[in-house]
Amino acid sequence: MTEPVKLIGAFGSPFVHRAEVALRLKGVAYELITEDLFNKSELLLRHNPVHHRVPVLLHGDKAICESLVILEYIDEAFDGQPLLPTDPGERAEARFWAKFFAEKCLMSVWLALWTEGETQKVLMKDAKEHLAIVETQLKEKRFFGGVAIGLADIAGASVLSHWAGVLQEVAGITIMSDDEYPAIRRWMEDYNADEVVTECLPDRDQLVSHFTSIRGKCVAAAKSMLPNYLATK
Amino acid sequence: MAGEGDIKLLGMVVSPFVVRVRMALHRKGVSYEYVEQDLFNKSELLLRSNPVNKKVPVLIHGGKPICESLVIVQYADEVWSGKGASIFPADPHERAVARFWAAYVDDKLFPAYIGIMKAATEEARAEKAKEALVVLANLEEAFAQCSKGKPFFAGDSVGYLDLAVGCNLFWLEAIRKMFGVTFFDVGKTPLLAAWAERFAGTEMAREVVPDADTAVVFAKKLQARFGSNTSAK
Repeated sequence: MTEPVKLIGAFGSPFVHRAEVALRLKGVAYELITEDLFNKSELLLRHNPVHHRVPVLLHGDKAICESLVILEYIDEAFDGQPLLPTDPGERAEARFWAKFFAEKCLMSVWLALWTEGETQKVLMKDAKEHLAIVETQLKEKRFFGGVAIGLADIAGASVLSHWAGVLQEVAGITIMSDDEYPAIRRWMEDYNADEVVTECLPDRDQLVSHFTSIRGKCVAAAKSMLPNYLATK
Repeated sequence: MAGEGDIKLLGMVVSPFVVRVRMALHRKGVSYEYVEQDLFNKSELLLRSNPVNKKVPVLIHGGKPICESLVIVQYADEVWSGKGASIFPADPHERAVARFWAAYVDDKLFPAYIGIMKAATEEARAEKAKEALVVLANLEEAFAQCSKGKPFFAGDSVGYLDLAVGCNLFWLEAIRKMFGVTFFDVGKTPLLAAWAERFAGTEMAREVVPDADTAVVFAKKLQARFGSNTSAK
């Protein structure tokens, strides 16, 4: 007997996209509940009392929070295409890269977009270093997961493939210009071409208006995230 | 214990992340060669084994490096799944809850207590101490939910989340000695206070956790090296 699966999400969140891709790769049917993040529902606050943020996966009466935790849960709780390899060493590598994306690469790119002056210079340098590391990795493999999309790909490409272009446009800053990072570009294209991914990518124009309208909040969020990033570099 | 082949751990005596891995290896009953690193003069071996982050801990198993403490702990549980004690529970939801809180500890507790140590003013220190106490209040809730009346987060014996939180205890004690901050108030976080004592009393902790005074000495060395505007006791 299968318990119902619901995903509490919000328009424009790449973290929600991660969870959707994973569920769809596994062939799991789910109900998407869309939150208004400026008017959070009692459902969200009850199921994520610590962070009050999306995504939250509801599987029967169980709630799972934090997108990377959700990805591992989806891989373990449901049959279907594995998101992680079976070999412990390869699993460790996948987790390492997922963490690298979440804590370093995507973070530095995000912070570089919404900061200014000397701070931005430092973040920009970090972002380019991180992207260069990813570029080297992707020269040797189609996906971090090998032949198919895996945990690390979902962690990284979820943001870099679709959102990075939009965010650079809204922020008016170029971190990845068209002639840079050919392996990353190829990976992004392969990721975006996957039919499961296409099913849950938000419309680009809507995404641009969305981030344009919350630009101020992005700047504020970056400011509050900066100290922790710098402290744990 | 018989060795499991070529296993090396690159570490630094007062790193809580290294202590975390040592605890995990102890739980698995695995013997290894421990190689202390000078983080101000990083060895060729460390830079070669962890070129991306250049940090400890690094586990080198059969010549292959595994980085990031939580990744290493999961690797140890998987690659030596038949040996010693299980670190992770079997149930996917329980695993997700453990992963959620472990990520929370690294994201919130560590920066808060490091912030207490690095604070340039009494005001800044008090702010960080407040942050740390909020985290511990949340962990008190987590303990109640996870332990279900048993002695450890994982139940009858220590597991993933016990290790994730417990490796920081000697630093909290060091900071209490240096700055007078009380982290475990039996009135405010009774479950956590009792757990902390119990955890410190385990054979595992007694074997691998350094004395709080070792951390105090290290912190004072850092303050002398980098300069500090406020002095510890």
